[in-house]
Amino acid sequence: MSLPAFDYVKAGSLQEASQLAKEKAGKAVIMAGGTDVILLLKDRVIAADTVIDIKGIEGLNEIAYKEGEGFRIGALVTLFELQSSEVIKEKLPALADAAHYVASAQIRRKGTMVGNICNASPSADTAPILLAMNAVVKVVNGEEKKDIPIGEFFKGVKKTALQPGDIVTGVFIPELKKNEGSAYFKHAVRKAMDLAIVGVGAWVKMDGGKVADCRITMGGVGITPLRAYNAEKILIGNAITEELLEQAGVAASQECKPISDVRASAEYRTDMIRVYTKRAVKKAVETLA
Amino acid sequence: MAKRVISFKLNGVDRDELVLDNMTMVDFLRKQMHLTGTKRGCEEGECGACTILLDGKAVTSCTMLAVEADGHEIVTIEGVRKDGVLHPIQKEFIDKWALQCGFCTPGMIMSAISLLNENPNPTEHEIRDGIAGNLCRCTGYVKIVEAIASAAKIMAKEVAK
Repeated sequence: MSLPAFDYVKAGSLQEASQLAKEKAGKAVIMAGGTDVILLLKDRVIAADTVIDIKGIEGLNEIAYKEGEGFRIGALVTLFELQSSEVIKEKLPALADAAHYVASAQIRRKGTMVGNICNASPSADTAPILLAMNAVVKVVNGEEKKDIPIGEFFKGVKKTALQPGDIVTGVFIPELKKNEGSAYFKHAVRKAMDLAIVGVGAWVKMDGGKVADCRITMGGVGITPLRAYNAEKILIGNAITEELLEQAGVAASQECKPISDVRASAEYRTDMIRVYTKRAVKKAVETLA
Repeated sequence: MAKRVISFKLNGVDRDELVLDNMTMVDFLRKQMHLTGTKRGCEEGECGACTILLDGKAVTSCTMLAVEADGHEIVTIEGVRKDGVLHPIQKEFIDKWALQCGFCTPGMIMSAISLLNENPNPTEHEIRDGIAGNLCRCTGYVKIVEAIASAAKIMAKEVAK
């Protein structure tokens, strides 16, 4: 399918990109890797007369780790760089796993994690783990800087909290402290290319064999990635047993709001949330920092 | 319609080309450069038939604009053979019968080149992961995986020499 007519602008700075996006409010689209944007333009899902490429902007391509704080993943860091990053594999392997789950190697070499969340697909693989890790989306708009907690970022299918002129510069992810662990599992028909039937992320903080705190997140079962608050409540304050995991899994499956589509029925998704909630929590506990 | 001149390297040759802003890389290569080895399949980044190398890394050229090549290096299947000699991966695809209809082969080979650049000694699982974005509807992949594994060994020996 051919692309609609548009003007391509390679922005030289964040301010230039932001100003143009604001002037063209609703008519401009920001592109990094382009692996989603180009398809959405082809399919006429986005109606834009201007494509603003931010790949020429300096300082957005770093995976920075600061001990005692966490990671800053720049907007131009590709999913492939993330899956191959030694520091991510060592200190936050669940994020490397989530990045590796996305599409194919060809897409991951061009597509970015920030693009994955800005596209706001309910089944985006990096969203549940970022939500479980309490990440913060770093945004610039002209001279203004703002932080959007990931829990407030997703507003619906393909909808985010971003305003015209907002350029995401990166994502901050707090590091795993002692006795904390995290995991992400994707369930799909194929191991590659496929979108998730469900995805489940988990972050746990343990204290003497009991769960001190946790976050359980679900992808592909609502219009945005969701928190399983009731499942979290069941786990907090208790020691992990098969029985407790089952109770949490059941609670999570009652909190998700899946639809039936070509990939799976709502009933199947609901049950897979139960199964993968158990697996994700178990793995998060097994991989404590 | 907006157009611009881009400067880039294509199969080892420096080029300046006038391109439309809204042209995908696969269309540019096939229609403007007449390099039809890069195949147009699904056009949505699913099948991998249009895989090319962008700065040495395999990407799908249907999810890339031609203008994005400005200042970069592109290699297509036509640029893989050097001085009349087939690349070891090409040779192993022939020797191991890793192709039938041939439509997926250029993309498959570009993915294999990129994989072996990144990981010269891949396991079978890593080979399968590396070509997971390339669909083949003829072979069942067994011969393709064997050809890439065999090429990796041959290339490792060449490096050792």
